[in-house]
Amino acid sequence: MNNKGTPILETKDLGIDFGGLTAVNDLNLSVYDKEIVGLIGPNGAGKTTVFNLLTKVYTPSRGTIIFDGKDTAGKSVVEINKAGIARTFQNIRLFDKLTVLDNVRTGYHNNIRYSPLSAVFRLPGYYAKEREIEGKSRELLEIMELGEYADFTAGNLPYGAQRRLEIARAMATDPKLLLLDEPAAGMNPQETDDLMRMIRFVRDHFGIAVLLIEHDMQLVMGICERITVLNYGMMLAEGTPAEIQANPEVIKAYLGD
Amino acid sequence: MNGKEKKGIFGFLLDDRHRTRTISYTMVIAAYIILEVMLKTGSLSSLLTGLLVPATCYLVAAIGLNLNVGVSGELNLGQAGFMAVGAFSGVCVSGLLANSLPPVARLILAILIGMVLTAFVGFLIGIPVLKLQGDYLAIVTLAFGQIVMNLIMNLYVAFDSTGLKVSFVESKFKLEQGGKYLINGPMGATGTQRIANFTTGTILVLFALVVVYNLLYSRNGRAIMAARDNRIAAEAVGIDIAKTKMMAFVISAALAGAAGALYGLNYSTMVASKFDYNTSILILVYVVLGGLGNFNGTLIATVVLFLLPQLLRSLQDYRMLIYAIILILIMLITNNEFLKTKAASLRRKKA
Repeated sequence: MNNKGTPILETKDLGIDFGGLTAVNDLNLSVYDKEIVGLIGPNGAGKTTVFNLLTKVYTPSRGTIIFDGKDTAGKSVVEINKAGIARTFQNIRLFDKLTVLDNVRTGYHNNIRYSPLSAVFRLPGYYAKEREIEGKSRELLEIMELGEYADFTAGNLPYGAQRRLEIARAMATDPKLLLLDEPAAGMNPQETDDLMRMIRFVRDHFGIAVLLIEHDMQLVMGICERITVLNYGMMLAEGTPAEIQANPEVIKAYLGD
Repeated sequence: MNGKEKKGIFGFLLDDRHRTRTISYTMVIAAYIILEVMLKTGSLSSLLTGLLVPATCYLVAAIGLNLNVGVSGELNLGQAGFMAVGAFSGVCVSGLLANSLPPVARLILAILIGMVLTAFVGFLIGIPVLKLQGDYLAIVTLAFGQIVMNLIMNLYVAFDSTGLKVSFVESKFKLEQGGKYLINGPMGATGTQRIANFTTGTILVLFALVVVYNLLYSRNGRAIMAARDNRIAAEAVGIDIAKTKMMAFVISAALAGAAGALYGLNYSTMVASKFDYNTSILILVYVVLGGLGNFNGTLIATVVLFLLPQLLRSLQDYRMLIYAIILILIMLITNNEFLKTKAASLRRKKA
């Protein structure tokens, strides 16, 4: 059902070497509009490396990444975000000393702008834009069920709330594609259930595509419409959750011989 | 914020967002009024009277440095170098316009030009320097301060009826009748008209506070703090780290330049060696002891630590020894884990 039209994200023969080690090779990944895609694989399969390639933290050794119809070669991390890819991190990276609300506000940096001069001299533009930023930020916090924490220091939040805050902050950059790196890590089954509901809501509400890395199979099989399995940096299998669950290659990769 | 908001027209002054800055402004204005009254009634000793303007200069430089070190998180050991640029450009501006503008206009113009010129120097220095991080950045800013000092010590600026003359290393020009040196190499600026005053200094302190606080509660201020807290995440939400760090660095330099201009115009003679490494460290000590990113702390620490050595004069040779001991004691007390947790739990109870 999703294989109609051109994908929002497409990689062609993507690969990267670190010295003599090939971390990712010949990867052909595609994500379509409004699709939730899972990227799974054993530890060290190169999943996070793929995210770092997509967001230009690493420069690919080979292959191309087409996002929204454009080749992303030569773009910086900042430009990729402006182009519409937002991400969260496996090891949570919040602005620890800022409040929860300010973390989300920071996400609007490029989205709602005013000049430093209107900030320093409090020109009328400042007030209007700040009100807009605050309103939208609080809305995102409500969606991620963080409203009650708005004035907390981000570093003091419970673990699960920190992960949800990363998603809220990423959404503030108004992406077309959201990359989630192990969003359910460290969450209990109830929290994971809530998170699945929120991810689905975000996808429907903002009409974005989601690519997520996850080890929690409850979440992966629960919300992903398509799954790509990575092993030793190569694509091992691709298909619907049911197909992946029945694939003997995948079972072998996860459980060993 | 919900439910905690105070009522009344001036209620906003005490809400979460404004409380800190209200305290800052109140402290500065109250101190100004008290000191002015003491000045008018003549109950201030001549020693203290002479310290008023320099104190405001150090306050402005320290507020700027706290933006750079505390908020942006980049260790800058060259703040005195920026003060020197402001001081000597301010002195030149005032000297050149001595006969054409009244003192107040000259002072304001000198401060403005000192500020803009220092901001520009800060921008130029920032291009290579901000590519570095941590210790490396500290070393390069330290070197910058020393280089500026040495350059000014070898700079000769003079003017006479034929115009402005500038030379390096030695004075290569003969002055016409009525000509005057603005900067005379190692002798520095001499014969400067002392046009700085405490009121302008206080206004400059308030200006620095307004600029810094307004910046903090804005998209640019959040970007500066985000880049400090987590570089990688800041880039991932589209913040240009280099541009953001540059903004903090340039504003910090500009404030040091304004402070320098005021400082330079407070003395009839001023030598460049006044703005050496020790002065940079002194300002850094004010900032660190006041608390990184804590501007109320900067205000208090600067005033206390600036006055302390002067008040200890009666101890003569033991002055710096006692000063150092007091400094160490303050550090031990303010960094005491037990007191910190006590203070934190007190604050929680109040909230």
